[in-house]
Amino acid sequence: MSEERTMNLTLKVWRQKNENEKGKFVTIQANGISSDMSFLEMLDVVNEDLTRKGEDPIYFDHDCREGICGMCSLHINGRPHGPKQGTTTCQLHMRSFHDGQTIVIEPWRAAAFPVIKDLAVDRTAFERIQQAGGYVSVNTGGVPDGNAIPIPKPSADEAFESATCIGCGACVAACKNASAMLFVSAKISQYALLPQGQAERYQRAQAMVEQMDREGFGACTVTKACEAECPVGIKLTNIARMNREYFNAKFFKEKTAHS
Amino acid sequence: MSSFNQALTSTLGKKLIMALTGLFLCAFLIVHLIGNLQLFKDDAGKAFNDYAYFMTHFTPIKAVSYLLYASIIIHALYALILTVYNRKARPIGYASFAGDKNSTWSSRNMGILGTVLLVFIATHMANFWWKFHNDEVPYIEYRTDLNTLETQVTELNASEFTDYQNFTQDGQEVTRARDLYKQVAYAFQNPILVAFYVLAMAAMSFHLIHGFNSAFQSLGFNHRKYIPIVRFLALWVFGIIIPIAFAAMPLYFFFCK
Ligand code: SF4
Ligand code: FES
Repeated sequence: MSEERTMNLTLKVWRQKNENEKGKFVTIQANGISSDMSFLEMLDVVNEDLTRKGEDPIYFDHDCREGICGMCSLHINGRPHGPKQGTTTCQLHMRSFHDGQTIVIEPWRAAAFPVIKDLAVDRTAFERIQQAGGYVSVNTGGVPDGNAIPIPKPSADEAFESATCIGCGACVAACKNASAMLFVSAKISQYALLPQGQAERYQRAQAMVEQMDREGFGACTVTKACEAECPVGIKLTNIARMNREYFNAKFFKEKTAHS
Repeated sequence: MSSFNQALTSTLGKKLIMALTGLFLCAFLIVHLIGNLQLFKDDAGKAFNDYAYFMTHFTPIKAVSYLLYASIIIHALYALILTVYNRKARPIGYASFAGDKNSTWSSRNMGILGTVLLVFIATHMANFWWKFHNDEVPYIEYRTDLNTLETQVTELNASEFTDYQNFTQDGQEVTRARDLYKQVAYAFQNPILVAFYVLAMAAMSFHLIHGFNSAFQSLGFNHRKYIPIVRFLALWVFGIIIPIAFAAMPLYFFFCK
């Protein structure tokens, strides 16, 4: 690990009072930043400074700060979650930047992700897609034995990989079409691969795709930017699976979407 | 709305239409290339002119040609619809967007490449298809002596030409045809047109490498067992062999004829 350095940075931060007001970039100086800080800690320092000066702190999303919740966002110097692959913003360290650098910080840009304030966007569109079909209905009764349902190892592995999606929205942010297909396909895949997901398999694919379209996310043009920027490495094969599930459901199955 | 309609109007369905029309156009390219290889035959264009007549007068091929025109129009139209739709999905763009860090240029600019190809197709059809169908090409007669197999070539003028004919007379095989070959040879004396054709083929290469691969993804086919074959075909057949072979045609006429 490299030695700790201190640096001075110029931030160009998107400031916007609320969803309806127009936003603009504001230049803020961040001085004496340690290379060991995380990106969010750097913003904390800046915010303490702003608060001390009686100014409005920069509003941004975060929660776990250990790369598992998907709450942190930020489009940093042209890329979601900043310059490193396979990381969330909370796991990005200031050692990825150099002294004197200018850092442009923007919110996720998508019609379906309206800005709440400054850098925080409303990602409840993802929740509505999940609610449309991203679950398995379980009737009450005795708890089934954990090993009673045989699942082939490759299916279990792949379902697990798909299930690691943390719902951060970096895929939408990175996509030139603001398409949510990587997220939606991961959520469809994790159940399509498991026996527990079979009963609702085809309703699920239809309902989730239709909700995705209703939210106004774009259509995929296979640039693969989502796959490259996804912090947990969700694969593009999920999108092909979603297409399969959806066309299969629409063209060959009786079941329609949940109403 | 029927489930079929619903499927085709969804974002996934629109991509399905792009994929199917695109793959059909890819398949056509192979046939078109094989036919056009007759241009390289040194027979005063006989094989090529016979082929041109066959392609425009054989009913099943005529039927497929209408499917082809429809595919070009639908592919371009849906590209436009999807582009507008996708722009609306991001009304406010990024001040800084490092697309080159996570995707290839051609994957992000299929619209530009496609527009070049559309202009190319229009120019190409105006030059050859339109002229051929509207009798704006010269006429030619081939007389082959069936014993010596020597061929005599005469240019015909419009009054001497009625329709494509092929008959045997006094030990000679006579063919009268529209001389599309000469029109091709003539058109490719223009350096600007030749340069445009070569440029368009370069655009086609990048368009097809991305397009052929992506079509399978949109259709739902992406599995490590067979996707290497798709990648291979996309690169070698559609990205390299076909564009180079097509680009060789104008270059051949410009430099060698
Ligand atoms: S697919 Fe990846 S980038 Fe998209 S929401 Fe899930 S974790 Fe985030
Ligand atoms: S704050 Fe939870 S993933 Fe970054």
